[in-house]
Amino acid sequence: MDANAIREQFPILNQEVNGHPLVYLDSSATSQKPLPVIDAVDAYYREDNSNVHRGVHTLGTRATEKYEGARETVRRFINAKSTAEVIFTRGTTTSINTVASSFARANLNAGDEIVITPMEHHSNLIPWQQVAKVTGATLKYVPMQQDGTVSLEDMRETVTGKTKIVAITHVSNVLGTINPVKEIAEIAHQNGAVIVVDGAQGAPHMNVDVQDMDCDFYAFSGHKMCGPTGVGVLYGKRKLLEEMEPVEFGGEMIDFVNLYDATWKELPWKFEGGTPIIAGAIGLGAAIDFLNDVGMDNITAHEQKLADYTMEKLRTIDGISIYGPEKRAALVTFNLGDVHPHDAATVLDAEGIAVRAGHHCAQPLMKWLEVSATARASFYLYNTEEDVDRLFDGLLKTKEYFGDVF
Amino acid sequence: MSFNNLDTLYRQVIMDHYKNPRNKGTVDGDALTVDMNNPTCGDRIQLQLQVEDGVVQDAKFNGEGCSISMSSASMMTQAIKGKKLDDALNMSKAFSNMMLGEDVDTEKLDMEEVASLQGVSQFPARIKCATLAWKAMEKGVQE
Repeated sequence: MDANAIREQFPILNQEVNGHPLVYLDSSATSQKPLPVIDAVDAYYREDNSNVHRGVHTLGTRATEKYEGARETVRRFINAKSTAEVIFTRGTTTSINTVASSFARANLNAGDEIVITPMEHHSNLIPWQQVAKVTGATLKYVPMQQDGTVSLEDMRETVTGKTKIVAITHVSNVLGTINPVKEIAEIAHQNGAVIVVDGAQGAPHMNVDVQDMDCDFYAFSGHKMCGPTGVGVLYGKRKLLEEMEPVEFGGEMIDFVNLYDATWKELPWKFEGGTPIIAGAIGLGAAIDFLNDVGMDNITAHEQKLADYTMEKLRTIDGISIYGPEKRAALVTFNLGDVHPHDAATVLDAEGIAVRAGHHCAQPLMKWLEVSATARASFYLYNTEEDVDRLFDGLLKTKEYFGDVF
Repeated sequence: MSFNNLDTLYRQVIMDHYKNPRNKGTVDGDALTVDMNNPTCGDRIQLQLQVEDGVVQDAKFNGEGCSISMSSASMMTQAIKGKKLDDALNMSKAFSNMMLGEDVDTEKLDMEEVASLQGVSQFPARIKCATLAWKAMEKGVQE
């Protein structure tokens, strides 16, 4: 895989920021978009824009074909059995909230348990807090190991016959931990629970096979995997989705409507009330085609090399703290001595380097790490070792800059 | 952008307030307490004000955050001590204007040291860091 050739496909990367060539190390927040995605969205609006599923006219048919074609592209990407199991949403947050609002509220009662981990992003935490409040179910945390991993042994001890839902992130957006979701799914199922996987940081970076993983729900966002913002996916096992009530009611999702009652369309459309995210879905389809052309395995391997290289280099900086396990996805979260991460990020920005600083939407995890905030560099297929070198130099400059004050 | 530009953000006086914060701690006796945080970045401040006859007798803060938010809190407490509440609110308004890049007569308002934060206006992402303590003060006075 030639990252430099790939970079050519991302026009945004070819610019100077504050007088330096841009180094974009914030792909875990949102990835950049390649030309084929920008072109697909552009072509849709220029040539095919129309509402889907109802127009008898030619544009309506073309828009519907493209929209449903994108659904099939997603189905193949995650190896779902059927497109009935692929629901387009606004993003990971909406996907998880759909499961929480529909499945969980209907199936959980007082005394039931929801099991999550301390490393969850707020989007896979607060929906479950709310479900617990409304249903009287108990929210239980699996303890985390010192290195920021979850042991299967602890998982086996925490998940009980009372557990109805296990909700866990595929990849931690702060620690980079890759959770053994397949094994955790098995533990959940042995106890009669369903497993909800937050795939926001998983799907963009590695092969996902929902059948092999045997997860019940898998949620992810388009914008973190080269697609547009505003589109995401909820995968759910057909049997569960069929039992679930829609969360949003209105146009597009109905079958028959009487004055006082209505019936729903079949899957997946019963969960897609209102005019769907047509351009976004088409853009996501183009993004998946782009990622497949490069090859997900190649992307994973490339990122792994970058993560290892980053760890190796950053470790040599005196006073740096790096959080998370040795084996990690393509991100490195750190603090530089007593320099507050916002201050570090500002100095790096002056050097043209974009990193994230803050609590990364994971406040309980910050508490667990005993820090108020951290800085994070995250990578994608378009990053190179040169980017890491620039980060390294930037961090040395940060130290130098704050050196006389601290 | 060079480090010279950074220097407009991180002036020596700011660093001094960050390293040696003034009025950090809690007020002895009864005080009005305001908690405020910046949910997007995790900075948080607890501000305590002791007000008698419409005059700020004492102001102290505790908190966690970057150099900009903490130095701003330190300078703010210094500036408003001994001031009438109206004057303190006027200072806060002037500070907001300063963050918008407007020229402010800090001498007239007796807040010259606060003017060292003027450079923050060139860093839009950091303005909220600088205004956190002032917002907390405004909230406290309004209560």
